[in-house]
Amino acid sequence: MSTLAGIDRDALACVVAADIPPGSFVNLGIGLPTRISNHLPPDSSVMLHTENGMLGMGSGAQGDQIDPDLVNAGKLPVTELPGASYFHHADSFAMMRGGHLDICVLGAYQVSAAGDVANWHTGRPGDVPAVGGAMDLAIGARQTFVMMTLLTRDGRPKLVPECTYPLTGLGCVSRVYTDLAVFLIQPEGVVVRDLFGIDFGTLTALVEVPLVDATQKAIP
Amino acid sequence: MTGRITICDSALEAVAGIADGATVLVGGFGSAGQPVALVEALREGGASELTVVSNNAGGGDHGLAALIRDGRVRKVVCSYPRQSDSWHFDAAYRAGAVELELVPQGTLAERIRAAGAGIGAFFTPTGFGTPLAEGKETRVIDGRGYLLEYPLPGDVALVAAHRADELGNLVYRKTARNFGPIMAAAAATTIAQVNQIVPVGALDPEHVVTPCLYVDCVVRVDRDVILSGERQ
Repeated sequence: MSTLAGIDRDALACVVAADIPPGSFVNLGIGLPTRISNHLPPDSSVMLHTENGMLGMGSGAQGDQIDPDLVNAGKLPVTELPGASYFHHADSFAMMRGGHLDICVLGAYQVSAAGDVANWHTGRPGDVPAVGGAMDLAIGARQTFVMMTLLTRDGRPKLVPECTYPLTGLGCVSRVYTDLAVFLIQPEGVVVRDLFGIDFGTLTALVEVPLVDATQKAIP
Repeated sequence: MTGRITICDSALEAVAGIADGATVLVGGFGSAGQPVALVEALREGGASELTVVSNNAGGGDHGLAALIRDGRVRKVVCSYPRQSDSWHFDAAYRAGAVELELVPQGTLAERIRAAGAGIGAFFTPTGFGTPLAEGKETRVIDGRGYLLEYPLPGDVALVAAHRADELGNLVYRKTARNFGPIMAAAAATTIAQVNQIVPVGALDPEHVVTPCLYVDCVVRVDRDVILSGERQ
């Protein structure tokens, strides 16, 4: 198997961060998407939502900043920014489900060509199932992006014709950011916007989903 | 003692009325808003066959995790039981000793809210078309699929707040608010552990998050105990 380099996690986080319009209200999922916050310009005025009841979340807390009453959705200590607000869980998910957040970025096991996402359960017998806020986040925001590696550790694509893992949400993902390419899930099909260290032909051979090459076009 | 609430001297006294078979709503998310003293007292107090509604199913060897380890929990209703340190739940679940009802976090919160708000049921888009929709009534409204979900009331709610006045009005701190306000409203009896109890009139009415009519019992717990020595 040839080794495809692509871009690393921080470079990918940079790509996603650059696509978040200034002033957006955004929820960053646990894991890979959390890195995006490190790459938002300081003057972007993006406000981060955490589903455990806060808008205006700051960076991770260090040393004396650590306050057990102030954690993120991953239960790690964080800080608050000026203009932050707190609310209870039902309000927090109403904010999400009600379409008041502009963008949610999730990690995923698989995304289908139709924008279905699977990210909560491997489906393996014996695994203790846990869903958390994944299903609410997937369908709630105005736009749902996925950030993931394109391939599994054993080289299988995670962008698939249909998800084989248990679904989190149906038809909810509009963009997929991966280390090898950025995909836009559009009514006419899956459009490739960016390629990272791979050519379009190699990508189409890798992914079992029909792809439209738009890497030469200006896409807003 | 002032007004209709009870101000208890100890967590053990506060939870003494919780009966075997009770449905107990337990607040908290991560380190924030965990009613650790009340859950520990519940374990010491001996109630069993409990149904516990909480976001998680306990971590480490204390609180909810210890309650599960000791075989006192019949059923857990939660969104995220699996954690790096949820070994007691994992073992009980795999042994078939505890039943799990897995609920998406937003649906869990809304079902609790509905119970406190007198709502008979509601339609939510969360989970539509997923394995967690199995057996649920569905409806398509304006072209979007929804699931019918029912309220989740408790016999007792155990919540942690920052400050109470002597009437039982509660103020929370930062993300420790999480499930507290909705659980306080959704249970027949609400017990709050707080860091501080202040006289009536000392809380700015504009800052009260849980009005006193939702609260039945308040017990002051040392913040050092709450933080398990992590800070202060």
